Amino acid sequence: MDAGIVPTIYDLKDYLKNVFATKQQEISSNDTPLVTTKRAKAFELFNKAGFPHAALERWRGTDLSRALNHDYQALPEPPSDNLDIDKIFKCDVPYFETLLVSQLNGWYTDRKNLIQVFPNGMVIGSLAAAFHKYPELIQAHYGQYADDSSESLTALNTAMAQDGVFIYVPDNVTVEQNVQMVNITDFKQNLFLNTRNLVILGENSHLRLVQCDDSINHDISFINTVTEVKIGRNSTLDHYKLQNKDDHTTMINSMYFHQDEGSSLSTNAISLNGGLIRNLSHITMSGSHSSAEVCGLYLMDRYQHIDNQVYINHVAPECESRELFKGVLDDHASGVFNGHIKVHRDAQKTNAFQTNKNILLSDKASIDTKPFLEIYADDVKCSHGATIGQLDAEALFYIRSRGISESNAKILLMYAFAAEVINKISIPELRLRMDDMVKKRLRGELSQCEQCVLNCSSHEMQKVEFNIDMSKI
Amino acid sequence: MLSIRNLKVSINGKEILNGINLEVKAGEVHAIMGPNGTGKSTLAYVIAGREGYEVTEGEIIFKGRNILDLSAEERACEGLFLGFQYPVEIPGVSITNFLRTAINEQRKYKGLDPVPATEFLARMEGKKQLLELQDKLANRSVNEGFSGGEKKKNEIFQMAMLEPSLAILDETDSGLDIDALRIVATGVNKLRRPDNATIVITHYQRLLEYIVPDVVHILFDGRIVKSGGKELALLLEEKGYEWIKSDASFK
Repeated sequence: MDAGIVPTIYDLKDYLKNVFATKQQEISSNDTPLVTTKRAKAFELFNKAGFPHAALERWRGTDLSRALNHDYQALPEPPSDNLDIDKIFKCDVPYFETLLVSQLNGWYTDRKNLIQVFPNGMVIGSLAAAFHKYPELIQAHYGQYADDSSESLTALNTAMAQDGVFIYVPDNVTVEQNVQMVNITDFKQNLFLNTRNLVILGENSHLRLVQCDDSINHDISFINTVTEVKIGRNSTLDHYKLQNKDDHTTMINSMYFHQDEGSSLSTNAISLNGGLIRNLSHITMSGSHSSAEVCGLYLMDRYQHIDNQVYINHVAPECESRELFKGVLDDHASGVFNGHIKVHRDAQKTNAFQTNKNILLSDKASIDTKPFLEIYADDVKCSHGATIGQLDAEALFYIRSRGISESNAKILLMYAFAAEVINKISIPELRLRMDDMVKKRLRGELSQCEQCVLNCSSHEMQKVEFNIDMSKI
Repeated sequence: MLSIRNLKVSINGKEILNGINLEVKAGEVHAIMGPNGTGKSTLAYVIAGREGYEVTEGEIIFKGRNILDLSAEERACEGLFLGFQYPVEIPGVSITNFLRTAINEQRKYKGLDPVPATEFLARMEGKKQLLELQDKLANRSVNEGFSGGEKKKNEIFQMAMLEPSLAILDETDSGLDIDALRIVATGVNKLRRPDNATIVITHYQRLLEYIVPDVVHILFDGRIVKSGGKELALLLEEKGYEWIKSDASFK
């Protein structure tokens, strides 16, 4: 680590270098030669670049130095063969039928059944197992979309990640069930975790994927997750990321999407809690007539920090991207939104729209929002808009003049602000539960120690109807 | 019901109202007319409890109690209602839920339990019929994407649901076509009871063809310069506001 830029007591980079050098065998135990080669190259990139620091434009607003300055332990052991995941985790969203895929400390939990092939041909399993079982798919897609050279934490992930989730949906398959990935961390020491997922959709296929991040204990942790997603020709992916972590957690989530012709992606990141969260959505539209909708909602307070980075790489012509990010920041919370749209010379008739709206509830809260449009084609429609404001005084008075107290009027207005993003969720059960969680979060009732990001311990929302009953507060 | 005595109000040191006196009794409808910029909306806002106004003198007695120290929500719970000239849009919150929240908060203030859902829905249905509202406003988000007329109808619907003792309608007629105007006026007339009162603030006499006031006040330069029966509105219509501005007897 470059001392002086990121001053630390614990030299994490040195520790990781040592781990990488001395525990090569452990790290690579499930590798194929291809994967091992990628590790060496990636570690070199990480070693050269070091951890991200404020001098880098994309990291200007997010200071990792505090998060890195802990005595971390990398390489957690895989769970035992007879782990009963139901004992640790239960998702109780009413009527929310999902195919649950869980990870414990980055490891695929179903140790007896590392690869599952479904009747429709879909494969879900451990990435480490898939290295050997599906070498052709791995060769074609693994490490093909993640950007090791410009994101050093992605490089570190490529170098050190041991396991994660592998999902393959063959051509012409519509997956009826919602697939829910749950990443649980439970470790006796401060965990430094690299976890890696690979999702491949063939042609004319459809998948709904919900990613939940959750922790069991409340120790300090640094979770560096990289997910590569290939969306084949005319396929659609509906993707949700739900984050409700405790304040000791640093979560670096890097999503790399690669879209072929006629494909359609919808991704929505809902961040309700977390010490430091950085979400990267890196989208390359390599085939024409594809579309991407990228949304995010963040509700942060105390000293929490949220950073949403969106990079949309319009390579092919006649594609459309729409971004909508909204956030409410209270207390000393801080946020970053960085929306980079690049339209290549040949990407004519691109439509790219970007919106970021923020409400700051205290004068100590801050947001750094930056649109960045880089356009080399001449026949495009692009727009961007960012707003930072307080709650509208006229609207507050309007609500209060009906007899609703000031504090509830504020909650109502914040809820109204957030609803636009929540309404983008196309799975009705999930939308209802998110709606409920957002209300709870705004009322200050949402605790982070609940079992699952989706488990908000109440069952009042059994009926499928909208209900905002402030009288219960 | 309402008695305003020598009310003086400033914004940023500039006096907007300089000595308002007004008596409204239960069962009455009052109209306050006057040219633009004379303080009509300020008066409505100050009665409803909007922040940002400095009351330098006088008092507002509502149902025997000086309400100047009460917050906007407390005044609403005491039975005041303001129909806004420009109702605010609240996306994502349906009118049903908005009203249920408002009614329950008002009930909580009075020490009552929340209104049961079935009773609430029945009340909504009843008021919709009373006001001859055919459209499905109730399922939509509050004022979101409403036309000017729909917003004003929604204000009257809220008034009907909240059943205030005193309703102040601020320029509810502005921007309305004749049909919407009729619906708004019909609503006000139907909701009229011996134990409630209405203050209609309007620029034009037109609304008063549908809502017949007991008393008409002319507000000019921050004061009520003339009060009279409904014929005063007609006289004003005939002679125009220039009449007030030029007639020294009003000064």
